[in-house]
Amino acid sequence: MAATEPWQAERAAEIIAAGAREKGATLPILHALQATFGHVPQEAIPMVADALNLTRAEVHGVVSFYHDFRQAPAGRHVLKLCRAEACQSMGGDALAAQAQAALAVGWRETSADHAVTLEPVYCLGLCATAPTALVDGQPIGRLTSARLLALLDELRT
Amino acid sequence: MPSVRLFVPRDAGALAVGAEAVVAALQVGMIRRGVAADIVRTGSRGLYWLEPMVEVATATGRIAYGPVTPVDVEALLDAGLLSGGSHALRLGPPEEIPFLKRQTRLTFARCGIIDPLSLDDYHAHGGWRGLERAIAMAPSDVVETVVQSGLRGRGGAGFPTGVKWRTAAQAAAPQKYIVCNADEGDSGTFADRMIMEGDPLVLIEGMAIAGIAVGATRGYVYVRSEYPHAIATLREAIDVARRAGYLGSGVMDSPHAFDLEIRVGAGAYVCGEETALLDSIEGKRGQVRAKPPLPAHRGLFGSPTVINNVLSLAAVPFVLAEGAAAYAVLGVGRSRGTVPIQLAGNVKQGGLFETAFGLTLGDLVDDIGGGTASGRPVRAVQVGGPLGAYFPRTLFDTPFDYEAFTARDGLIGHGGIVVFDDTVDMARQARFAMEFCAIESCGKCTPCRIGSTRGKEVIDHIIRGEGDPAVHLALVADLCETLKFGSLCALGGFTPYPVMSAIRHFPEDFDR
Repeated sequence: MAATEPWQAERAAEIIAAGAREKGATLPILHALQATFGHVPQEAIPMVADALNLTRAEVHGVVSFYHDFRQAPAGRHVLKLCRAEACQSMGGDALAAQAQAALAVGWRETSADHAVTLEPVYCLGLCATAPTALVDGQPIGRLTSARLLALLDELRT
Repeated sequence: MPSVRLFVPRDAGALAVGAEAVVAALQVGMIRRGVAADIVRTGSRGLYWLEPMVEVATATGRIAYGPVTPVDVEALLDAGLLSGGSHALRLGPPEEIPFLKRQTRLTFARCGIIDPLSLDDYHAHGGWRGLERAIAMAPSDVVETVVQSGLRGRGGAGFPTGVKWRTAAQAAAPQKYIVCNADEGDSGTFADRMIMEGDPLVLIEGMAIAGIAVGATRGYVYVRSEYPHAIATLREAIDVARRAGYLGSGVMDSPHAFDLEIRVGAGAYVCGEETALLDSIEGKRGQVRAKPPLPAHRGLFGSPTVINNVLSLAAVPFVLAEGAAAYAVLGVGRSRGTVPIQLAGNVKQGGLFETAFGLTLGDLVDDIGGGTASGRPVRAVQVGGPLGAYFPRTLFDTPFDYEAFTARDGLIGHGGIVVFDDTVDMARQARFAMEFCAIESCGKCTPCRIGSTRGKEVIDHIIRGEGDPAVHLALVADLCETLKFGSLCALGGFTPYPVMSAIRHFPEDFDR
């Protein structure tokens, strides 16, 4: 996955200034911040509020409303496992349990070695090749138990 | 310049099962043999059990092979892949494959065939003719053409698209907007994604026509973040179209201005609801608005806004190019034209099946889908996403049209069908419907926000065999009534469909 940068207020200010010209700029700016820093750092909230003439509470309200926005850094890799019905029909629940056990994490948690953050996703639109996952943005279909365990090994080395 | 052309999808569904590795193997294999071919990256034909599917252009048309793995590539090249040679994976002409042959592809006519970013390909396959005709017509005639086609919103609600347009066209305002709802969050659906990845220019053309029809100069496509490939392809397609003058200050050298941009969602299912989507574009929490005012009167940034699904907008270029009658002649009752149905989940032949309305659920699941992937009996299908009803085999005679599904306490939604075999536990599915509603509720309506959590807890009691199931079921039914009548939008309002249909049609799973 793309390397993220350490927090830098100047860098955040640039990103916010570049996005603030658009109408309804909150989500594009938050996405850009997360793409750069791997999450939406707490320090950025007042800066976004200031630039968009919003209260900090309003910006926090947006960040916390959307499942995508992380308020803490993720691990080196992000594994999104589809939890929705089409994947359930092909054994998705068992794979989810297996991933949680192998990583010793719950949803939206990062393994102790910081290698993998496990996130649930409700449909990747790959429903005819279920069960499915997205690993650092790369789609995987027809996922099997063996493939999942091999993938986790690969991500952790 | 090599004369041989190979076609391999770049669709996320094909990439998910190894299309990229197949391309790499083809390149290595061809270099070793000293032969060359252009590898054109297309969308998917939508025959996902055959992906990755490789096609080669021959003098007598294309020949398809699939499902191809990198391991097969050497043998395929030895067998004469580049000239359509015979091999165990050879499927013959793709359009002769029964799954494809039985379809009526209007919206998906080009998907899987053309390079999605090639203006030449798009033009050669009939692109821009609808926009050309729209420019030559009075805007009000464009609106009436869409009204007469009978096209209804393909996002789920089934509201007549032309009527929405007429309302926005009649609203006087200095700025109006066209918003495309590409927040395709329903499990079992992927038609919007396929269009954005496989034929994005048809969506751009449809939006430009909508803009001209109602007098909107600006458009937004709200695409869910779970679709990174669709976002990338659509973004490139917008650039391509803008550079060629199909978007901008003078669309195709006409006096009409229209331009559009992409907004990326952030993982909230409820933003597929049109008013929540508008709030999300405005930069707010995606909370549902009370209607009225209708978005056509006061929508995005307070301006008149047409908000349509990807499939509705992508159907428009055909309607304009071929005329309303050519579209309206297909279908049954008040469900006119074609519907892109998506067969998904535990199904042997999963994929995109565009057809005129009217096939029965049984035809679709057993005949076209070929039953389950697991080989076990089909026990239930969920139609219309996580807010759609579960249907048992006894209702497989239901024809696929809006009214027939409503009459059987279901909905066709965005046209997704998820198949389950006989290992499914319907109490767990009912529980999931409540859980999903609780996770995705925007929080505005109490029945949806709290009722879904209580519903999940009560079903947990049933699953664990605690207490009297009849008492629990009465409580669930009561909760569902409250959700249905006490919620502003379909998330709370329709969660009762999967829950109550599971209880009604599969009572044995709730008695334990």
